[in-house]
Amino acid sequence: MKNLDSVFAAYLIGWGVFFAFYLSIAKRTSDLRTEVERLKNSLPRAK
Amino acid sequence: MTKRIIFAAVSILLVIAGAYAAFFIAPNERSMGVVQRIFYFHVGSAWAGMDAFLLCFIANLLYVWKRQQKYDSIGVASAEVGLVLTTVVLITGPIWAKPAWGIYWTWDARLTSTFVLWLLYISYLLLRSLIEEPERRALLSSLFGIFAFIDVPLVFFSIRWWRTQHPSPVIMGGPGSGLDPTMNKVFFFNVLVMHVFALFLIVERYILEKTKNEVDILQREAEAQ
Repeated sequence: MKNLDSVFAAYLIGWGVFFAFYLSIAKRTSDLRTEVERLKNSLPRAK
Repeated sequence: MTKRIIFAAVSILLVIAGAYAAFFIAPNERSMGVVQRIFYFHVGSAWAGMDAFLLCFIANLLYVWKRQQKYDSIGVASAEVGLVLTTVVLITGPIWAKPAWGIYWTWDARLTSTFVLWLLYISYLLLRSLIEEPERRALLSSLFGIFAFIDVPLVFFSIRWWRTQHPSPVIMGGPGSGLDPTMNKVFFFNVLVMHVFALFLIVERYILEKTKNEVDILQREAEAQ
């Protein structure tokens, strides 16, 4: 199976990039939700 | 929330099925051998990336026309996902090119126009990060996004218009082109998989953008008090 390492490298790096991107979205969304809650608590009118 | 979990689960299952089909169902290509299996992932990501940029272009046009915040959010979400998909194309391409061509990279029409596309959408995101005022940011980035999309048809047709290092199209490539029937099915299944996965990422990124807008509104309210 010549060049099988290249196939695995392409799939692993590719999916690694997608996974890292998804994690960054999840982290940023979670941080922003915390910020929304904090701001809502500081603004009684907005509750 | 439940819909998002179901969408995530369906996307992951499809991704696993797509990889299984590419590794175990598609036959070995005669001249390149096993390394040709990168094709299913590489081209699937490329097509999904171009369609993400098409969605960004439509959202940009709609923002310029209607000036509604949701179109700006769809635009930035699809631009970022398209950029990530194009990054994967630019990584998997050279990994495939080295054993197939003997070189990682050459400045041929397809590779160069794809690299320019990648730079254009990085510029789109950079432009957004440089403008503070939300409406001005949305308008200028939409205008830039409309301009950036010009490169997408150029990338798609580059292998039809110019004969250089990159292979001529095997799908919709005219007489003499085409794939083995099993390869064809695996290919279009992987194209579908990458589109579903891209849509999942766009929805997640859109939710992030909406939350960001909510924070902006609340911050302005807090400052006004």
